This record gives sequence, structure tokens and C-alpha cells, in this order.
Amino acid sequence: MSAYIQNFIKFQPLLGELIARDIKIKYRRSVLGVLWTLLNPLCMMIVLSVVFSNIFKFDIENFPLYILSGQLIFNFFSDATTSSMSSIVSSASLIKKVYVPKYLFVISHIFSSFINLMASFTALLLVMTATRTELHWMTLLAPVPLLLLVLFSLGVGLVLAAVTVKFRDIMHLYSVFITALMYLTPVIYPMAMLPEWLTGFVMLNPITNIVLMFRNVMLYNTFFGWRSLFVAVVETGIMLMIGFWVFYKNQDNFILNL
Amino acid sequence: MSDKVMVKVEHVSMKFNLSSEKFDSFKEYVIKSLKNQVSFEEFWALRDVSFEVMQGDALGLIGLNGSGKSTMLKTIAGVLKPTEGSVHVNGSVAPLIELGAGFDMDLTARENVFLNGALLGHSRREMEAFYDDIVSFSELENFMNVPVKNFSSGMVSRLAFSIATIGVPDILIVDEVLSVGDFRFQEKCERRIQAMADQGTTILFVSHSIAQVKKICDKIAWLESGQLKRFGAASDICKEYEQS
Repeated sequence: MSAYIQNFIKFQPLLGELIARDIKIKYRRSVLGVLWTLLNPLCMMIVLSVVFSNIFKFDIENFPLYILSGQLIFNFFSDATTSSMSSIVSSASLIKKVYVPKYLFVISHIFSSFINLMASFTALLLVMTATRTELHWMTLLAPVPLLLLVLFSLGVGLVLAAVTVKFRDIMHLYSVFITALMYLTPVIYPMAMLPEWLTGFVMLNPITNIVLMFRNVMLYNTFFGWRSLFVAVVETGIMLMIGFWVFYKNQDNFILNL
Repeated sequence: MSDKVMVKVEHVSMKFNLSSEKFDSFKEYVIKSLKNQVSFEEFWALRDVSFEVMQGDALGLIGLNGSGKSTMLKTIAGVLKPTEGSVHVNGSVAPLIELGAGFDMDLTARENVFLNGALLGHSRREMEAFYDDIVSFSELENFMNVPVKNFSSGMVSRLAFSIATIGVPDILIVDEVLSVGDFRFQEKCERRIQAMADQGTTILFVSHSIAQVKKICDKIAWLESGQLKRFGAASDICKEYEQS
């Protein structure tokens, strides 16, 4: 175990460089540069707010914020897992030639998605201030569901990255899966709208729990409850363990399939 | 020289699966397994190879194409894990396997110096200390803020060589990389490798040019279709190799 930790410390600078590279390349050659990280979600949110407060109306108080908060969570999950899925395959040329702990590639992708998540979160706060929504003290608890979400995505990302090395078409299957998953998460519709038989399904989705926790503290000024927290922690823990286990079991074979 | 064992290769075998029909999709895998058509052809790139390299040795690996030289180096560098047997490496390894592998073509040369340094396990601060040395050795003073995709292949390998050979690593692995660059730069590289050897770096060297091997190495491992044919002092084996 200590050998693993030593190895991680040795390659820690690499993690920093990989994350910096992701961010730099994304916004290279644009005048506003890294500022786009913030501007992009902000513009998206403004468009969505305008659309959903004028065209579509569910019977939900403050509907634009309802959607934005749900999207923030789900977009991160979708981004982080999709980009970490291809992380090993796209670093093939490197993995074949230099020894590098391979999980670093997955972690670096999760991390750069996390930076985008922070930007979206800031944008959400800006939109909330602009629409004069009250900011509550409970907002300070928002990092809890976000952190759980990041770790959960890491677990999923590790599994996907390992499986994709062997079966490339998982990438296409996954994009279908993630669309289905989005409709199984209460991002645009309220939970109350669902028929009873479907509610069970939607609650089984771990992202649902996190979205509800996040909305509770951000919009409704209520604590998300110990039960939700417990469920989320257990789900995240299990997913992380599965992720690291699958990845660890397969990592020596990556090079043979790349 | 000292008798500290730097690299210990014990009964290493490396097996590759050559799937008779390559599949890399889940769909095909399911269909083929249902039809019972999943079959692998085994290919042993290395078979039961054992040797030791002492500190300060310069070991040359020779053999024809496909004899397992590169596979051997990759197992020592930790890129491949042997199917059987084990490899023990004592100290830091600087791999010069295919130069420029770690470069991101969209980043500038300067950014790549730090990225590549991190790949070799050096922190940003260490790399800053070596930065001027890297720039002057690679002779790319005027190009450090240019994206690497605009570099010629010679420039890329000059930069990569300069980064990979900073400091004095305990073990230097060189795989066929001296054939790049013009001959003046080649000589410069050889001198640098020689200087490292003089400071006690252990060198593992692969080249098809037997003249280069003779010049740099004092010991030789001769591989033939994955098996260690001869291991010993350079002068004897070179003669034998040239005659075969």
C-alpha cells in the first residue's frame, strides 16, 4: 500500500500538468481564454432561463432555477464520465511507451470536469443573485452533494475507462444510456408529476438523490436529511470500490488491447 | 565498477494474444462468443530470459527484428508487465523509448517541457532548474513558444532527447533513438550518453547499428526469437553476431 502512495506522490506533478493541459487546450486561441469556463455556463443558463420562464411552464415555483440546478448536476456527471471513458484510449500512445500510473488519466479528466462544475456553480449563484432569489445559509452545505457526486463519477469513470479499452463500442452505447438516464433524473420535470410505478425507478437512480439533496439546500433552504446523506455516501463508497477494483484488475492488460 | 545489481531480470516470459480475427467491440464479442469463435493465437515475444546488469554497465541488446529487444526494454521500463517471471529495477529510470511520445502537439515547446518532465516524475520546480540546460542542449532557443505541431521531426526529437536526459538517472534506456537528427546532433547525444556512463549511470542500449553498440556498450545480450542466445562481454559477441 505504501508503495502505491509513494508512487502517487511521485506522479502528483503530472496530475497538475494534465489538468492544466486540458483547460489550456480547450480555450487556446480565444481572446477571453479561461474566462470562457465561466461565461459558457452563464450564457447557457441565461438562454435556458429565458426559454423556460416564458415558453414551457410546469407548476413549479421558480422553474428556471429548478432546471438549472438539475442540469448543473447532471451535466457534470455526463461530462465527467464521458470524458474519462475515453481517457485511457486517447492516451494510448503514451501508455505504450512510458510508465505512468494509468488511473491518473481518469482522475485528471474528472478534475477538469470538476473545474467546469465550479464555474457552473458560480454561474448559478450569479443567476440567483440576478433574479433576486434569496440566498440561504443552507447554501453552505451545497459542497456536500457536489463532492459526493464527484467521487461517484470517479467510480463510474474508472469502470468505463477500463471497459472501453476492450470494447470500443461501449462509447456509442453509453451516449444512448446517458440520454435515458437524463430522463430518469428529475432534471426538467417535478417528481410529483411521475406515475407511481415510475417513481421507484427514478429514485433508484443515484443521481436523483444527489439532485434532490442539492436542490434542498440551494432552493428550498431545507437540510437534505440524514437518510439521503447516508444513502448517497453508501452508494458513492460502493461505486468507488467497484471502480478501483475493476480498474486495478484490468490495468496490466490495457497495453495489450490499445 | 561496483557490484550493485541495478536491473535483475528473472525468467521473464511475455505472451501476446494475437486474436485470429481482431475484435474490439462488444457487439462482435457477443456474437463471436455465441458462435463460439473466440480464439486466440498465442505468441511468446520473450521466453524465460534471465540476466543481471551491474551498476555502471552499458548493456547492448542486439538481435534481428522481432527478436524481443523492445519488449525486453519495455518490461524493464515498467510499461509492460511480464506474463511470467519478474523484473527488479534499482533506482530511477530515464526511458528514451520513441522520442516525443509524451508531447502534446497543441502545446508550445515550453509547456511540453514541463508536461514531459512530469511524465518522467519531475516536479515543476525541478524542471525550472533544468530548463535553460534543456533549451541550450536542444538548440531551440528561438522556438520555445511555438506549438510543437509546427516543429520538424528533427526538432521534436532534439527537444525530447534533451528533456529525457536531464540530471543523472541511475538507469538510462535507449531504444533506437540515436538514428534521428543530423549526424552532428547524433554525436552530441552519444557524447552525453558517454558522459552519463562515466558518472556511473547504467545504460541499456538497443540499436541495429553494430558500430554504435560496439562504441557504447561493454556487455551484450543477444536475443533470438525471444530467447537469450548469448550474454557476455561485448567484443566476443559482436564478432560472432557479425559473422552470423
